Amino acid sequence: MSKQWHVVIGLEVHAQLTTKTKLFSESATLYGASPNDQANFVDCALPGTLPVLNREALYQAIRFGLATNSEVQKRISFDRKNYYYPDLPKGYQITQHYRPILLGGYVDVNVDGEAKRIHIHHSHLEEDAGKSNHDYSKTHTGIDLNRAGMPLLEIVSQPEMRSPQEAVAYIKALHKLIVFLDICDGNMQEGSMRVDVNVSIRESETAPFGTKVEIKNINSFKFVEKALNYEILRQADIIESGGVIQQETRLFDEATGTTIFMRGKEDAHDYRYHKDPDIPYIDIDEATIDEIRQQMPESPSDKKQRYLDVYQLSDYDAGIISQDKAFAGLFDQIIPLKTCSAKTLANWILGPIAGAVNKTNISLSQSKVSFKAIASLLSMIDNQTISNNNAKLVFEKMWDTGKDPQTIIRDEGLEEISDHSAIQSMIDQVLSENPSQLAQYKQGNTKLAGFFVGQIMKKGQGKVNPKIANQILQTTLKSLLDDKP
Amino acid sequence: MHTKTLKALSELLKDRTISSRELTQHYLDRIDQNNDLINAVVHIDHKSCLQAADAVDQRRAVDGSNLSDLAGIPLMNKDIFCTTTEPTTCASKALQGYISPFDATIIKNCRDAGMVMFGKCNMDEFAMGGSNENSFYGPTKNPWNLSHVPGGSSGGSAAAVAARLTPAVTGTDTGGSIRQPSAFCGITGIKPSYGVISRYGVVAFASSLDQAGPMACSAEDCAMLLSQMASYDPSHDMTSVRQADYDYTSNLNDSIRGLRVGLPKEYFDHFSDAGIEKCMQAAIDELKKLGVECVEISLPDVKHCISAYYTIAPCEASSNLARFDGNIYGYRSPNSRDINSMYSASRSEAFGNEVKRRIVMGTYALSSGYSNDYYSKAQNIRNLIRHDFDEAWQKVDVILAPTTPSVAFKIDQFCNDPIKMYQQDVFTIPVNLAELPALSMPVGFAHQMPVGMQIIGPKWQEKRILNCAHQFQTITDWHLRIPEQFA
Repeated sequence: MSKQWHVVIGLEVHAQLTTKTKLFSESATLYGASPNDQANFVDCALPGTLPVLNREALYQAIRFGLATNSEVQKRISFDRKNYYYPDLPKGYQITQHYRPILLGGYVDVNVDGEAKRIHIHHSHLEEDAGKSNHDYSKTHTGIDLNRAGMPLLEIVSQPEMRSPQEAVAYIKALHKLIVFLDICDGNMQEGSMRVDVNVSIRESETAPFGTKVEIKNINSFKFVEKALNYEILRQADIIESGGVIQQETRLFDEATGTTIFMRGKEDAHDYRYHKDPDIPYIDIDEATIDEIRQQMPESPSDKKQRYLDVYQLSDYDAGIISQDKAFAGLFDQIIPLKTCSAKTLANWILGPIAGAVNKTNISLSQSKVSFKAIASLLSMIDNQTISNNNAKLVFEKMWDTGKDPQTIIRDEGLEEISDHSAIQSMIDQVLSENPSQLAQYKQGNTKLAGFFVGQIMKKGQGKVNPKIANQILQTTLKSLLDDKP
Repeated sequence: MHTKTLKALSELLKDRTISSRELTQHYLDRIDQNNDLINAVVHIDHKSCLQAADAVDQRRAVDGSNLSDLAGIPLMNKDIFCTTTEPTTCASKALQGYISPFDATIIKNCRDAGMVMFGKCNMDEFAMGGSNENSFYGPTKNPWNLSHVPGGSSGGSAAAVAARLTPAVTGTDTGGSIRQPSAFCGITGIKPSYGVISRYGVVAFASSLDQAGPMACSAEDCAMLLSQMASYDPSHDMTSVRQADYDYTSNLNDSIRGLRVGLPKEYFDHFSDAGIEKCMQAAIDELKKLGVECVEISLPDVKHCISAYYTIAPCEASSNLARFDGNIYGYRSPNSRDINSMYSASRSEAFGNEVKRRIVMGTYALSSGYSNDYYSKAQNIRNLIRHDFDEAWQKVDVILAPTTPSVAFKIDQFCNDPIKMYQQDVFTIPVNLAELPALSMPVGFAHQMPVGMQIIGPKWQEKRILNCAHQFQTITDWHLRIPEQFA
């Protein structure tokens, strides 16, 4: 690539919804069942079977719509997309071609500290296909229909992303959102979120869009970025060497990090879309939408605003905590207990707690520590029963053992000494044990106050409240200076 | 026994004059003796029929009080209904040997009522046809004249009742497939409003038009059968609609004095067959004796019905029949080498010409660039026809029409002229497009063949048309005529 090209990216994200049964059948949706264990008569498209819509999928789509400011449509259709493939037993996929459930909407993303709003063209419900296993045997392909009929929400963005980084930021924001809304488990290894990428390049920001190439079925953030980087280079090389981009569909090869040809425009299917006559139009009334709105978890952006307004968190802290479902959950559970300040709580979530999660690779929900235990630990910091540093040690033990903080503090003898007379007697001891330093101090070397504090802390084995110790030390030294003969 | 109506047989069973085993055995014997003549029955297992009959007899011996009126009565089913006790093949090579692991809802309802599932009837392959000539099992013949067709697609069903091989059958009606063969064979059959009988377990032809219904000797028999067959089935079929009342017999004896009967001029002005016209006039005169008021009405858009129907039905069929690909079940060609040859060879070898013709028509009409010209336009015509009927219901309570433009034609008469064949459906199709209930019953003979008349009602008014037909049948006996050869 010899010159700077401007990139245009649009994404189609397929999120597998968290309904207990499939979109149009009563089969379970659990991951990892033996092949075809979760395929019933409807999934196998036996003659005489009919689809029956799982309303929960509808409600989950509406939740997504409300969270992204999409327009929930009053009347929706389900339509047939006809093509032949062995893992598509009906010979058509039920999708929403004519009247999708959601139109418009947007997701705000942050790219290198800069805010950008990515608009959604529409989002629609559709059923997944099964899986073909070509390694099944040398002569036969195995078909697993467990995935056939799984509910997907396909979120189609506008072609508004201008770099692979923006694309990844958008997918990450979507991922966080759908997990936050509890409508997708977000497990990309299991294929719960898959991305089709559309990318083209052009010479300037104002030039018409170039011919787009689609790269299908990418299942990680990293691969999306790699696929885009490769594809942009490939397209630039073709144009720069005098070639023309062909509209085509490609696949990302994880092994080589390249994209490979799948099919050209001339092989594009004619899907013969038509409304599915087995499924009447479905009307969604305001009451249904309202009910779902009442049950909506607060959106990350509303949450962030609340953290800023009510708790005066910093923009950075509010942003990160509100975006993370587990962190936000912890924050919102502990705050009403009024055991510590919002500031202490935020510092702890982003400090020791995030640290423990990262270090041990155990999520908050899987950990042995309850929010009440954390709240109780933080209350002891704020009321100065324990020093912040010791609290960190206590927390590590809590994380490892699941014991409550009081037990750990008692067992380890980590209570903070804040009793004035006890601290006074320690100070007196330190001063009398270091007469030469005291003399120098009296002669004006006030920097030695730090030395005394260190000695006090040492004597108190780190349990002395440094603030109180410092206060009493200052008073004591001042009175010594005043007494100076 | 076989000359009696289902209603009469029901009484005999109830007072134990006959047992279900005797009744079942009698009809089995009739099938053994007569079916070769007409080829109406394609699968039957004597043993399972007799077992089912014995089970009902045993229940009746203990306590017959909680048995339904239909308990112990044989019901033969069109080969399009999924049954666990016989193959379900839609008279196609594509489904040879296929046995459904579940019963259709209509079958389950009838089994629950204690009816004896009595084998499967011949039909046009996948219900595509109006003559029963498009069957993998060969054509069914009309019991009134064996060189004539019984109509279709439920031709085997109609012939089986006409020849009295069974007192009752199920049929399906997508564009007239219950009413036209009922007319051709001189029996009574009703296509309920779309949504009354669950489509679960009915192999789909054209989903937005398909509706199952009973066919039997009389309107009263049909009313008794419909009361069992109809049910609200939301866990299997989203097009199923809950009905206020599932007893279709309660008003049969009500007077129809003052009933406003519409006679659409589009149907009555241009009779192509004087014999049929005469029968229609006579039937109207009989109804007038019962006190109905006749009103001329107009349905201006029904003239477009054939083009609309023969676009919509093939479009839906082309998609519905995609599942017969030889992959999970059904016929797979031995000439398969890879996935594409498996599809093309299996489907080419499995489907008959008429099915292929409609798959091709539907595939074409749905193709990108054409679907606006064909499929969307056809849907618009469908709405216009619906609107015509809505207007008519402002003035009348039911509408009368001939069921067919001619009586049963000869085998092979139209087999090389599909367009002519399609035109035979002109009187029945509008009802399907408008999702209305309609019944056909015999009203006389022309050219020594039975003539059928339709009574069409507003949506969900099955009871009204059954009442009207039953009243007609209390003062006429066309419905009790049996072809001499099968008397």
